[in-house]
Amino acid sequence: MNRHALSATSGGTDSEIKDSGEPSLHLLTNTPELVIKPGYSSTQYWKDLWHYRELLYFLCWRDLIVRYKQTAIGVVWALIRPLLTTLVFTVVFGTLAKLPATGVPYPLMVFAGMLPWQLFASALTDSSTSLLNNSHLISKVYFPRLLVPFGAVAVTLVDFSVSAMLFITMMIWYGIVPDWRVATLPIFILLALSLSLGAGLWFASFNVKYRDFRYIVPVVIQLGLYISPVGFSREVIPEQWRLWYSLNPMVAVIDGFRWALLGGTQDFYLPGFYLSLGIAVFLLITGIWYFRRVEGMFADKI
Amino acid sequence: MSDIVIRVENLGKKFTLRHQPQRTEYTTLRDTINSSFRTVGKRICGRHDTQLADNTREEFWALKNVSFEVRRGDKLGIIGPNGSGKSTLLKILSRITEPSVGTARIRGKVSSLLEVGTGFHPELTGRENIYLNASILGMTKNDTRKRFDEIVAFSEVEKFLDTPVKRYSSGMYVRLAFAVAAHLEPEILIIDEVLAVGDASFQKKCLGKMDDVARAGRTVLFVTHNMGVVQTLCRRGVLLSKGAMIADGTATEAVTAYLEFLEKASLRNLAERADRTGRGRVRLSGIEISTGESFGETTLATGRPARFVFYVTGKLPGLSCAFTIYDQLGQPVTYFDSTLHGLEDVVDEEAISRFVCVVEELLLIPGQYRINASLSCDGECEDDVKGAIFFRVEQGKVRARSISGEPGYGSVAIPHHWMVPASA
Repeated sequence: MNRHALSATSGGTDSEIKDSGEPSLHLLTNTPELVIKPGYSSTQYWKDLWHYRELLYFLCWRDLIVRYKQTAIGVVWALIRPLLTTLVFTVVFGTLAKLPATGVPYPLMVFAGMLPWQLFASALTDSSTSLLNNSHLISKVYFPRLLVPFGAVAVTLVDFSVSAMLFITMMIWYGIVPDWRVATLPIFILLALSLSLGAGLWFASFNVKYRDFRYIVPVVIQLGLYISPVGFSREVIPEQWRLWYSLNPMVAVIDGFRWALLGGTQDFYLPGFYLSLGIAVFLLITGIWYFRRVEGMFADKI
Repeated sequence: MSDIVIRVENLGKKFTLRHQPQRTEYTTLRDTINSSFRTVGKRICGRHDTQLADNTREEFWALKNVSFEVRRGDKLGIIGPNGSGKSTLLKILSRITEPSVGTARIRGKVSSLLEVGTGFHPELTGRENIYLNASILGMTKNDTRKRFDEIVAFSEVEKFLDTPVKRYSSGMYVRLAFAVAAHLEPEILIIDEVLAVGDASFQKKCLGKMDDVARAGRTVLFVTHNMGVVQTLCRRGVLLSKGAMIADGTATEAVTAYLEFLEKASLRNLAERADRTGRGRVRLSGIEISTGESFGETTLATGRPARFVFYVTGKLPGLSCAFTIYDQLGQPVTYFDSTLHGLEDVVDEEAISRFVCVVEELLLIPGQYRINASLSCDGECEDDVKGAIFFRVEQGKVRARSISGEPGYGSVAIPHHWMVPASA
């Protein structure tokens, strides 16, 4: 009886036919075994992160395209926000409160502090809500979940570069040329990113289980904007409080930005920098550790 | 030598259910802090209740003690009633969620289709979504580019490729999503009932594509409720119920076990069953199937007479009875309706209200069948029960020709004879 309509031939013949076209199949006996069990296995995960790097690119690409499609203001919004805040701060802190600038025009000093702050604030906000925003993906597909907050932070770098263009324009306008210190800028950018990613990972993990955490982040950022030396210079803080003040890790970052960009008109407080570095590393490492620990239950709770 | 690509040992998944009568589904930090203070307070005061006595937490095992092996090239169908843990099993094997106990060992790249159109974003165009979806499902950008034209051709949305997906009709959306998924080339493919969407011609296309994938020697795990597809596409079957594995064998064995399981579930008194529709002025209270020769036997045979008796709770003018017989694959075979009068119909003068359908020669091939029965009065449905009764048909002869039952070749044995050429 002819049974071709129903089932394929036996397994042995199938693999022989297929081997000629698909080299990957006959290497199956040599492929490593993946073991799924409760708890998390480390080495496979980091290999997976590399393996899924294209997905990271696509997630970022998707976020960027979606943001700028169907918007009239679009890219311009990335410029308006820092400009407006700079304007307000210059008026409030510079003109009204008459806080000292340090040898550079007040608006420029404020903007040099706005740059890292915007980066930190948006990276923290976006990474902490990234898991919730991608809940449909997390519950249906496997990929290393660390990619989601990574991607959110990467997208904020794009906004950052747009604002940086604006800053360069301002520098040209005021005729200030940066010196060799500009080369140290990447260190501070990385520092800001580590801080926001580290804290963001903690918040992201908490947000999945406790939905009210997402309301804490905007408050933190709001407060931080006024406590950090964005609208004013760090010099305003008296000497004896300087170390305590540096417990706010963004102080060192903002300081560093100003030091690097505004050509030696600011001095640099090294102990504060080490403190900030330590906090950043601590946050990042513990953030990743906790994230990996609870990652397995994201799909259940989200 | 076929090697084992998936080995599942003692897999289990536990969920802790929190019963929150008034609050929302999500935990808030405030609640957790409150409840921890309460527990600490209780411990201090010495009243050490267990948490379960609190009556707000309950352990629920979605999967328990599941073990099986899959060889390379196997096509495994996973079936079971709703809530049996099938999707949980797939999620664990796709690494989307972690098991609570046990291990699963997998050799080879796994691609999972648990949903059609995962990651599709309404603002992006069809073209952009193809790349995005393909990357989410595990294809590299190069692979996607190579297969782009095939994907577009399969989906038949070429004209609308550059409009945002939110403008697509639901059919186009599904076609595009499935087209991407169909062009995955994984070593192990895990599919969860995604074929339950789209129109008939598209479903046929999808089944065809899946058949190609299966023939190409890839391993397939397929969760579905469609018994027909399981038996045609899969060679092995696993039956789950309430998180436990009840059967593990060939696809036909698993389907038979499932039908028997359903039968046991329906053996409750027909009169007491609540899952029925209809106005309800009269109801079916019982069904008896016999050969007419010895009472109470539900075993019929091909070619022999059969008697279907439907007991009804009352009498109404214009009352009629209809029933449909379904085969093992879930396909309807034939339909009987007492409103379509024939010369041999008689009126039953018995006091008990019942409909009797007498079949002189049962032309069904051996196998397992079930009946959906309904009562109507002047065209309006009074009672309708699905899976009202199950019965088996044994081997028999039709006009002295013996009939064997091969599943997949239809359910009817039509009386016939052959004229064959003389052997010279």
